[in-house]
Amino acid sequence: MIGIIDYGAGNLHSIKNALNYLGLKNRLIRDEDGFKNIERIILPGVGAFGAAITKLRKAGILERLLEWLRGDKPYLGICLGLQLLFESSEEAEGINGFGIFKGRMKRFLTSKIPQIGWNSIEVIKPSPIFNSQRKKVYFYFLHSYYLDTPEKDIVLARTVYGVSYPSVINKGNIYAVQFHPEKSGKAGLDLLKKWVELC
Amino acid sequence: MLTIRIIPCLDVDKGKVVKGIRFRNLNVAGDPIKLAQYYNDQGADELIFLDVTASVEKRKAIIDVVNAVAKKVFIPLCVGGGIRDIKDIRALLNAGADKVAICTGAVENPELIREGARIFGSQCIVISIDAARVGDEWHCYTYGGRVDTKIDVIEWAKRCEELGAGEILLNSIDRDGTQMGYDIELTKVVSSAVKIPIIASGGAGSLKQIYNVIKYGNADAVLLASALHYKKFTIPQIKRFLRKKKVRVRW
Repeated sequence: MIGIIDYGAGNLHSIKNALNYLGLKNRLIRDEDGFKNIERIILPGVGAFGAAITKLRKAGILERLLEWLRGDKPYLGICLGLQLLFESSEEAEGINGFGIFKGRMKRFLTSKIPQIGWNSIEVIKPSPIFNSQRKKVYFYFLHSYYLDTPEKDIVLARTVYGVSYPSVINKGNIYAVQFHPEKSGKAGLDLLKKWVELC
Repeated sequence: MLTIRIIPCLDVDKGKVVKGIRFRNLNVAGDPIKLAQYYNDQGADELIFLDVTASVEKRKAIIDVVNAVAKKVFIPLCVGGGIRDIKDIRALLNAGADKVAICTGAVENPELIREGARIFGSQCIVISIDAARVGDEWHCYTYGGRVDTKIDVIEWAKRCEELGAGEILLNSIDRDGTQMGYDIELTKVVSSAVKIPIIASGGAGSLKQIYNVIKYGNADAVLLASALHYKKFTIPQIKRFLRKKKVRVRW
């Protein structure tokens, strides 16, 4: 059973629809009790960094989620679900992220903000999460802040939008992507399927 | 690098796609789900559904359409037409839309942009501008191009950006349905006035014109309706052409 964290901000229908389409059992996690019988967690979402932390704390989910991550249990962070794994964000000064990895989210400076649309990823470190059949794979991106991290070994792929930044990260059973696999057509569905197979 | 988006637009009336769509050997006429799947398979980067249903009570049909399409097609879905308040936006997003396109509702109540962006995020709020040339400038039109608001398009686009709009869908009323080509000048002035992405709309009739509005109008995306529906050319043809011209497209 996949638990989708619902912190009351993001649009969860897309990820739910995608998992249903792939025949992957899932349900929403809205409070501490929601973690029961959950094997994998997806933290999806478009939303704001600060508001998400506040809402997760209020719902009593934050502590459980941190335990989950520290225990290296299967996790897929999408968009904000990637950003929250790090220490901080220019979007919400003074608010701590999960701090699982070192790094900070910075606002794009040079290009149009937000980045909206299909961009490609350049694989830095081969991983079974990627469908190796194609050289170039495009995913749908939608964000204003990008990751700046000194932890080079967790970066699986990078993307260029004015700057080159990490777009896929992984350590152990924790995966996170800056793009939206649930909105990236077949490439995205393939990635979701691979993640479930992997962990 | 970010690619240029090719976006088919489907007009939906009471749950059925209207504007005669001629697909030989393809029994999809009128069925929004099959058409969405068809364009998805063709490589569409996003889909826009425009609800043209006149009567308010029948507008539930678009919700059902979005609901059904979102269960089968996994690319961004934008829905426009008749959106007046937060309740309308919420209903569409809850049904599975990723974005809403607002025209008249935003001109008459600009606060809707700010509120919508605050509650759902800027990325959800696409402001649709129906522009027509009046003398030396462009005016915003409302009510499906029937009312000249006398509001300057460039000023309005800037205002929308300030209020929190995530994208601008820029439709040239002068070119709409003419297949004479996009209004490059209009696209260029609006595109350079704001930092948010511009979707050029109205007038697509040839591959060259699509290239021109990207290259010279600085469009971030192009919307196509009749030219695709009537199979003047296909999405793979557009992408092949653009690729040859060194425009980045999802391939």
